[in-house]
Amino acid sequence: MEVRMRIFRFNPEKDRKPHYDVFTVEAQPTDRVLDVLEWIRGDVDGTLAFRRSCAHGVCGSDAMRINGRNYLACKVLLRDLGTTEITVEPLLGLPVIKDLIVDMGPFFEHYKTVMPYLVNDELPADGKERLQSPEQRERFDDTTKCILCAACTTSCPSFWSNGQYVGPAAIVNAHRFIFDSRDQAAVERLEILNDQFGVWRCRTAFNCTEACPREIKITQAIAEVKRAIQTGRVE
Amino acid sequence: MTQTHVFDVVIVGGGGAGLMAALNASRSAKTAVLSKLYPTRSHTGAAQGGIGAALGNLEEDHWEWHAFDTVKGSDYLGDQDAIEFMCREAVQAVYDLEHFGLPFSRTADGRIAQRPFGGHTNNLTKKPVRRSCYAADRTGHMILQTLYQQCIKNGINFYDEFQVLDLILSDGKAAGVVAVELATGELHVFHSKAVVFATGGHGRMWEITSNAYAYTGDGVAITLRNGIPAEDMEFFQFHPTGIYKLGILITEAVRGEGGILFNGKGERFMERYAPTIKDLASRDVISRAIYLEIKEGRGINGKDYVYLDVRPETVNKYAELDGRTRPDGTPYRVTAEEILSKIPDITDFCRTYLGVDPVKDPMPIQPTAHYAMGGIPTNKYGEVVVDDQGTVLPGLYAAGECACVSVHGANRLGTNSLVDLVVFGKYAGIKAAEYAKGADLPRLPADPDAGVRRQLDNLLNGSGRERAAQIGRELRKVMMDDVGVFRTEEGLKQAVEKVRELRERYKQVRVSDGGKIFNTELLNTWELGCLLDAALVTAVSALERKESRGAHAREDYPRRDDENWLKHTLAWLNEDGSVRLGYKPVVITQYAPKERVY
Ligand SMILES: Cc1cc2nc3c(=O)[nH]c(=O)nc-3n(C[C@H](O)[C@H](O)[C@H](O)COP(=O)(O)OP(=O)(O)OC[C@H]3O[C@@H](n4cnc5c(N)ncnc54)[C@H](O)[C@@H]3O)c2cc1C
Ligand code: FES
Repeated sequence: MEVRMRIFRFNPEKDRKPHYDVFTVEAQPTDRVLDVLEWIRGDVDGTLAFRRSCAHGVCGSDAMRINGRNYLACKVLLRDLGTTEITVEPLLGLPVIKDLIVDMGPFFEHYKTVMPYLVNDELPADGKERLQSPEQRERFDDTTKCILCAACTTSCPSFWSNGQYVGPAAIVNAHRFIFDSRDQAAVERLEILNDQFGVWRCRTAFNCTEACPREIKITQAIAEVKRAIQTGRVE
Repeated sequence: MTQTHVFDVVIVGGGGAGLMAALNASRSAKTAVLSKLYPTRSHTGAAQGGIGAALGNLEEDHWEWHAFDTVKGSDYLGDQDAIEFMCREAVQAVYDLEHFGLPFSRTADGRIAQRPFGGHTNNLTKKPVRRSCYAADRTGHMILQTLYQQCIKNGINFYDEFQVLDLILSDGKAAGVVAVELATGELHVFHSKAVVFATGGHGRMWEITSNAYAYTGDGVAITLRNGIPAEDMEFFQFHPTGIYKLGILITEAVRGEGGILFNGKGERFMERYAPTIKDLASRDVISRAIYLEIKEGRGINGKDYVYLDVRPETVNKYAELDGRTRPDGTPYRVTAEEILSKIPDITDFCRTYLGVDPVKDPMPIQPTAHYAMGGIPTNKYGEVVVDDQGTVLPGLYAAGECACVSVHGANRLGTNSLVDLVVFGKYAGIKAAEYAKGADLPRLPADPDAGVRRQLDNLLNGSGRERAAQIGRELRKVMMDDVGVFRTEEGLKQAVEKVRELRERYKQVRVSDGGKIFNTELLNTWELGCLLDAALVTAVSALERKESRGAHAREDYPRRDDENWLKHTLAWLNEDGSVRLGYKPVVITQYAPKERVY
């Protein structure tokens, strides 16, 4: 099949403002969008810049806007787009550095503010593992899947309008610890998120849940954190 | 202008091994982690199946059994002192990970869940043993996230998206590294007392691969270029079950949960190749079996793939035939839901990339390039050793997939890479910090980044007669055809010649992007140079080794030859492009080499 790829271009060393380049490419319906980008960079225009590594949706490098929606370029096949006209753009809401590469700095800064690590200094007397029942483990399973690709945060209208909002990804990572039976810092995390730039910025737009390539039920996780703040109980 | 930074310990790589080293080194030494990817993008995150440790949570197990299985899996090429050390340490390492917060799947009584994996056995009954500790089918993701979380908690200094291009040696000691900051294109010198390489593997030199684009062998190539040998490079593991054509890995856990391999005639062919352990034989054994089935015309519809079948009716039928039981002694039977809950990510890959539902349809699979057993030679403390006498290069360490301890010998057992990187990452970090404490900051040579500037200038100013993308394609093809699952004298000779030709042609490449900011073309092209160096050493080492052992299967020398070849290869890459080979003995403690049957 032949596809027309319209790609957002911006080279800060040359361009005053961004533009789009169009590449017409012969490809297989089962090719990933990433395969096409790789081919363009390797064989047509070496200056095209984007990040990638694993090529199968687990490292989170290549989140970008494809036909107006956030995807991992390695996890969307041409046949799944339902059209041969494909527009590829960088994530919204983070500064563009070059072409499809955005500055991930602000994203990781938000992530770090929610204490995204287990807090518990007590170790079992026998030195072995802490016990946790399969049910307790299941309670936070969904939010352990996050690969920090930023697809959710950069699909969120509240984040677009104010970059101070911690964003869905940070809340997901807080949720992962708040609901972990082994953790002891839920209260602090809930306090951090009980802020005008914390969970209350979330207007339940559901964009994040739709954008998540790991199919995490993000809106639900945020709702659970909101409820925990309101009730003062983690259940 | 090149900026200079001073640290006690510089760690190159932010994957499992690098982060483990960082957590341990930073306790007593001023430490920096440099990574060309954001640490959470590292390939450790792709590991699926689990991390092996004889916790014995579900049935009797002992670290000594784990050690024997590893020795046997290595086809007796692994160093037994290092293997014993690793398997003993593995138990504590897994508890440490749990203490760090790793969300392991759990048993009914709340302990870390464990499942069977290829080559891991009860040494008395020879039956598969539940030794692989897992978190669903994303164990590596959980390890990487957990270690990164701990690094944040401990305020580790990260230099994200800094790509190291050279090692600085001074008076025979490590003195730092030269790196390029991707966002600015500026060079930085990191002047340090100790350097730890944890740069991962080099599986991108093969066409069908489970490896990330970033797996370009930078660490091995940089050390080779600095006169340090590479060990056992001819041993590269092909994982039997990659998704057809794409190479994406389908973890062994699928077979651990009861999945069965079938050829085009619907036969469970592993019965013929490994009568006792069948579909859970070691990876090299199964990859060869698949290759032979395909060669005999027994691929699916005569093509070059076979089926991996994890539909509940198949699993239950063969579990009954094999008399497989659950820990409580009841017969092993599964439902589609149970399978889906154990392998959710695999299910997702199949649906996304194949449009296939693994509990309804079998998965088309073929062997895929997977893991580098060879790499930078180290001892069991992660210290880099530069000859056959065990001479240590002061201040230089390596751990994880880029290193060769050697615990995997000629063939790595599943789950042992994650063990390797937590155990040896930890010790490399501890030893590097100890060394830094007692050492002065080495003298920095004049103009330490001159070599890097020259390399980059060459790439930017080549004649342009050759294209990097084309050279890359030809490299991946020749490595797949001639340095793959099976090898011959003739094929390897061709491969050596071809790689030499490609290295010459590479000098004629010109990078079209002359910019500084995220010049990904420049760095990808530089990485291709690393792959070419690693490929040359791989092919030359393979040509010379005239026996079959583990992942190195020679059609012309089908038997293992302990008399002549029970030894590690050391390969030096000379500046003129020639390769010098040397050998060193295998360390044997208590397991005398035996024939390897499964
Ligand atoms: C799909 C898949 C599944 C697997 N499943 C399992 C499993 O179930 N069990 C198991 O034991 N093993 C498994 N493995 C193997 C295992 O995951 C890897 O061998 C291991 O994670 C490697 O870890 P590492 O720390 O050495 O490298 P990585 O985690 O890959 O880290 C390498 C780091 O080095 C950095 N780097 C590289 N070059 C440079 C440079 N020039 N400058 C700066 N930084 C650089 C990268 O940015 C990265 O941070 C699997 C592998 C794959 C591909
Ligand atoms: S390249 Fe890793 S998620 Fe796409």
